[in-house]
Amino acid sequence: MTIHTPTTEAQACAVVKSVVDSSTPLSIRGGGTRTGLGRPAQAASTISSAGLTGITLYEPAEMVIAARAGTPLALVQETLAERGQMLPFEPMDHRALFGSEGEPTIGAVAACNISGPRRINAGAARDSLIGIRLVNGRGEMIKSGGRVMKNVTGLDLVKLVSGSHGTLGFLTEVTFRVLPRPERLVTLQWSGLSDEQGVALLSKALGSPFEPMAAAHLPAGLAGDQARTLLRLENFSDSIEYRAAELSLLLGEFGVPDRLEGEMPSELWSLVRDAAFFAGTDEAVWRLSLAPTNGPKAIATIARGLPGARWFYDWGGGLVWLAVPPEDDAGAAAIRGALHRFGGHATLVRAPDAVRAAVDVFQPLAEPLMRVTVGIKKSFDPDGIFEPGRMYAGV
Amino acid sequence: MSAIAFPAPDAGILARRDEIIAGLSGLVAPNALITSDDERRPYETDALTAYRRMPLAVVLPSTTEEVAAVLRYCRAQGVPVVPRGSGTSLAGGAIPQEDAIVIGVSKMNRIIEIDYANRIAKVQAGVTNLAVTGAVSAEGFFYAPDPSSQLACSIGGNIGMNSGGAHCLKYGVTTNNVLGVKMVMLDGSVVEIGGSHLDSPGYDLLGLINGSEGQLGIITEATVRILRMAEGARPVLFGFPTSEQAGSAVAAIIGAGIIPVAMEFMDKPAIEICEAFAKAGYPMDVEALLIIEVEGSDEEMDAQLARIVAIAREHGVTTVKESKSAMEAAAIWKGRKSAFGATGRIADYICMDGTIPTGQLPYVLKRMDEIVKGYGLRVANVFHAGDGNLHPLILYNCNDPVEAQKAEDAGMDILKLCVEVGGCLTGEHGVGIEKRDLMTYQFNPEDLAQQMRVRAVFDERWLLNPAKVFPLEGRVAA
Repeated sequence: MTIHTPTTEAQACAVVKSVVDSSTPLSIRGGGTRTGLGRPAQAASTISSAGLTGITLYEPAEMVIAARAGTPLALVQETLAERGQMLPFEPMDHRALFGSEGEPTIGAVAACNISGPRRINAGAARDSLIGIRLVNGRGEMIKSGGRVMKNVTGLDLVKLVSGSHGTLGFLTEVTFRVLPRPERLVTLQWSGLSDEQGVALLSKALGSPFEPMAAAHLPAGLAGDQARTLLRLENFSDSIEYRAAELSLLLGEFGVPDRLEGEMPSELWSLVRDAAFFAGTDEAVWRLSLAPTNGPKAIATIARGLPGARWFYDWGGGLVWLAVPPEDDAGAAAIRGALHRFGGHATLVRAPDAVRAAVDVFQPLAEPLMRVTVGIKKSFDPDGIFEPGRMYAGV
Repeated sequence: MSAIAFPAPDAGILARRDEIIAGLSGLVAPNALITSDDERRPYETDALTAYRRMPLAVVLPSTTEEVAAVLRYCRAQGVPVVPRGSGTSLAGGAIPQEDAIVIGVSKMNRIIEIDYANRIAKVQAGVTNLAVTGAVSAEGFFYAPDPSSQLACSIGGNIGMNSGGAHCLKYGVTTNNVLGVKMVMLDGSVVEIGGSHLDSPGYDLLGLINGSEGQLGIITEATVRILRMAEGARPVLFGFPTSEQAGSAVAAIIGAGIIPVAMEFMDKPAIEICEAFAKAGYPMDVEALLIIEVEGSDEEMDAQLARIVAIAREHGVTTVKESKSAMEAAAIWKGRKSAFGATGRIADYICMDGTIPTGQLPYVLKRMDEIVKGYGLRVANVFHAGDGNLHPLILYNCNDPVEAQKAEDAGMDILKLCVEVGGCLTGEHGVGIEKRDLMTYQFNPEDLAQQMRVRAVFDERWLLNPAKVFPLEGRVAA
């Protein structure tokens, strides 16, 4: 298999033009830590962003950073940390879940719209991504957005590309808005609540003026014998004290919370962010996105039909990570059947290749939207060279 | 003014007007179809009043089904369609053309559902921006994007233009606050995109639709995030002897890790105009004014303000004036939000909307002043300082065609300047017809062709709002 590693945008365009001429499909590779996402896509050759690295712009006072797509995410995060800033959306690291190795890249964060617990309050990666440069399937260099955070000039191809898993083109450079790092983090933890109670607590907290930045519920057995319901506050120290006290008061009906500070809660939040409770098992792992209060209801229905299932809630209940036995359709019919009733959608994140090839990894779309999806793919990549079949069979 | 071209009306469509109206009359309720000259006239322009075109007819549907029927008919007949919310576009996004049907969503103004536990509101597209907040404020919630026209502008129009507002520094713009839409495609099919959850499967069509300026379909319903209001909010006025000092104070505040909920800038001409109108108590002896709003409990606001005041002092602030009551706070915002209207009382104006990297602020302010003076005109500046979204108001007399042309030329020069320093043509008003012909300045032909191919997926024959966003020359189909 050929691996192309362009070191300039011009070379990247030339690679794409050459494969168009020879009709050989291309896989896109960043750090190789998230190749398990989507349907297993087989391509004759690969284009890697490993030769396109480096931070190209960083203006702390303008809260903006740009980097070539192959830049290690860790380098971006360290650079920001040196100036007391961060990516707002706390991107998930898939290495634990997939057992993969390598260095995640900033390009993949953009291409796959990778967010974490802060998404509930600070938005997803797509909300902070303000500019892209990519090579489309015609071998043309395309830009959309730019380096300013307010920009409605023309169609927003930035968002369209974010979350397209490489199927629309090869990103060469991405620009994100950033935020100051909070002075202090405090996590409040309630113990022993049921799923319904836990999500009710999170809903009440998220509907308060005290702005929890992350809100998760871990059922009993996942991280200790007792269920843990977690709210993370981030702010200046004086505000944190005040808000922690007010939240404890507001949520008194759920008991008295413990207060977690220092390293321990950040490790706990990493487990939540990375769905790492399911690391190292052979379970199939699903990601359910739905209205928060419907999370426990959908899970109650699903769990009845799938003995052995394990799960936890992020985003105040609106994101459910669900691990099920990997056999047959990995629970696809049961899960999507329940969501038909409770709304939302499900993505199969981890399963054996055979399963991911056989079941719809992404929620099937209504016919008019599928038609639009096929049309958009064609508008970027008329010959279907990028990641064929990565999101939908035949697209 | 006549600088901006419209496509020549299709004579065949104009000749078939009676037949088309008869066809439409069978599809919608009798009072939903507007055909007389007098009743059509309010729809011939929007807030870019220098341009106007009388549409073939106006349809004001009450249901998604009616929208679908009209779109299906227009597609079959090859008749262009101009979607319209409340007609407050400053960029001419809702200005019709003679051979087009206007589809207005103003009658679809019902709040469908409010769900506080999940923090969402489902509304019809014609509901006004402020009405969403009005419907949830008794429970302490609000809808975050707050364009200055929020009393009139509709949610459908906000989605079309991806509207911002004064508070998006903290809360984001429309695209960050919309979770789902019901949209009618040109072929009449009705699609639901997103819903009550935070991300939708597949390509981010919701992200594409926000800011698509009515070119991809017509939104009839939207599910938006509602947020809990802070315990309190306090706008504070900071007066500076120079614009440069105000600009450097903004950079230093952000550099210190503080993101106020809003940071608005006004220069001296804008201060004078707004103070005369709103009597907000703005300081008159300064060259630049920042309105900085903080949120939280009284103690939190005191603490945050103390940090901001200390920074402002390092940057030479001469006046710091806190609002002492809800009434004073309202007056401060009234002055800012009525800046356009107040300007309109003393002169005609065109409002530009470019965004620049905030580090370029001092240079751009100086250059803008030179540009406008070079045309013998005056400019008043109000803008969102935290995100670099400028709103220079170029004052002129619309009864003087020469001066009107100069104002338009000055505006175009300013937008080019914004692009040159690394910014963009429009931060929140949209391209519309106004900036359409400058698109080639910001984008190269490949960029534009890619956008147009995506557009063509939804409308291969360019029937939906066809005169907008993309230059009339060089259009690309699927």
